[in-house]
Amino acid sequence: MTAMTSSELAANRRDIRPGRIIIWTLLVIGGLIMITPLLFMFSTSLKTAGQVYDLRLIPASPTFANYVKVLGDGRFMQWFFNSTFIAVTVTLSNVFFDSLVGYTLAKFEFRGRYFIFLAILSTLMIPTEMLVIPWYLMSSQLGWIDSYWGIMFPGMMTAFGTFLMKQFFEGVPNDFLEAARVDGLNEFTIWWKIAMPMVVPAISALAIFTFLGNWTAFFWPLIVTTSKELYTLPVGISSFSAESSIQWELIMTGAAIGTIPTLVVFLLLQRYIVRGVMLAGLKG
Amino acid sequence: MASATAKQGAGSTRFWDRLNMSTKRVIWAWTFLALPILFYAAIRFYPTFTAFWLSLTDWDLLRPANFIGFANYQKMFADPVFWKVFQNTFLYLLVGTPVSLIISFVIAYYLDRVRFMHGFIRALYFLPFLTTAAAMGWVWRWFYQPLPIGVINGFLSTIGMEQQPFLRSTLQALPSILVPAIWAGLGFQIIIFMAGIRAIPSTFYEAAKIDGLGDWAILRKITVPLLKPTTVFLVVFSSIGFLRIFDQVYNMTSNDPGGPLNATKPIVLMIYQTAFSSYQMGYAAAQTVVLFTILLVVSLLQLYVLREKK
Repeated sequence: MTAMTSSELAANRRDIRPGRIIIWTLLVIGGLIMITPLLFMFSTSLKTAGQVYDLRLIPASPTFANYVKVLGDGRFMQWFFNSTFIAVTVTLSNVFFDSLVGYTLAKFEFRGRYFIFLAILSTLMIPTEMLVIPWYLMSSQLGWIDSYWGIMFPGMMTAFGTFLMKQFFEGVPNDFLEAARVDGLNEFTIWWKIAMPMVVPAISALAIFTFLGNWTAFFWPLIVTTSKELYTLPVGISSFSAESSIQWELIMTGAAIGTIPTLVVFLLLQRYIVRGVMLAGLKG
Repeated sequence: MASATAKQGAGSTRFWDRLNMSTKRVIWAWTFLALPILFYAAIRFYPTFTAFWLSLTDWDLLRPANFIGFANYQKMFADPVFWKVFQNTFLYLLVGTPVSLIISFVIAYYLDRVRFMHGFIRALYFLPFLTTAAAMGWVWRWFYQPLPIGVINGFLSTIGMEQQPFLRSTLQALPSILVPAIWAGLGFQIIIFMAGIRAIPSTFYEAAKIDGLGDWAILRKITVPLLKPTTVFLVVFSSIGFLRIFDQVYNMTSNDPGGPLNATKPIVLMIYQTAFSSYQMGYAAAQTVVLFTILLVVSLLQLYVLREKK
């Protein structure tokens, strides 16, 4: 570490202050504490039942036996598929509809525009928890209980996404759209082919947020699913863990299976994800 | 969506051509909005009214709902469990929000100045944000177990400290659940704070340095005041999160949800149990109306208080 800091010295003279080194060290220690639960989760998922009581972080003889066992009966595969399918579908729907509505509200002039905007925005004030009972009632009347559609329908469009996209479409210069209009393109093509490519950072921010939100969603999927085949990964992990009672190595394996995909995606797309979160947080 | 053109059809092409540019655009706009308007009406507004209506009924899934006035509310306000839950919910909020914001601000403030391995350190803090609360609830639950299983008690015994009951104690259980809830949200708040800090124009800092202000004075007089919009956003966002806490509590106390002795039960868990364990749908709807009111009041209050000082 000392050697590294001295190389930084050339770049920034202030870095040689001892205070800086202490702060850097504290930040790294804090960061390691942050991932300790994840490290222990992975470590224990590689231990046998007998080694669980050995609290060392590095397993004495790491084994993938737990993964073979947990994945073996196919339940986790099914839940993994359900979660992925649901999160991808809902994300695509949000990218399409939230952008379309945001674009319309930002770039079209018509009577009632402001009213529609306020009406959509006001739904941000309504908590999901208040809607679940009516949704449940609606789902049981329409036969949506225990179906993919039943899990997905409440999130197909969101006010947050619409608002975010509207903000960004307002920054698209009208000249481009007018030029396309003169060229005889129809409005749908102008939106899809001209305007959409100009707000790609916003689209990716929206996609990341929607995907993550649906991938980790627990409350509504817990309510609307009754058969295990339709569980999402979080609901599956929860029920699997409750069943496994005190077999902590299996519980940690289940939790790890639920965590690995997002961690891998993050490591691959770190820059975009952090930027997307910043964009969504600041504009949203 | 291309239905706008299709709708005009072959026969009425002439009609469509005769419309002027702005009329055509209005038709396009409403075509784009048609399905979304239907969605918001059916999936957001109609259910909101249904929730208010159900809260005035005795609906229990089996028999048709009867109007019973404010009986559900009377029952709720007379129920000591509700007040316990109410208190817990605000404990989550009043401890969780300030603690998580202070920690994340301090980390963001220093992390912003670190250049060496910046991305790596940032990733360490951000990773927990990407985890699933349902899965992490179980990891933390394992951490809190008594010896010889629990990691934290194992650590405490290594350094010669007394064992703690954590989730088994009515006093310690709520803070024990709050820790993972704060932990999971820190990464997001740090990123947003850093974005806010970076958005402050550097001219402010240069001017302050010329005036000879020290780090502490710059922090107090420039960084914190100029971060107000970011702070307002994060306070509201994280408050709403803590008021709606559910996943962690449900998973960390699943053998006795909200226990021990309702010591950790937040309002959303109470709603869940009332609706989907005892099927008192009307009563649960009344509880959701209370949650709605709390969220509305808390966000309006915070917006008002934090905007005033600007």
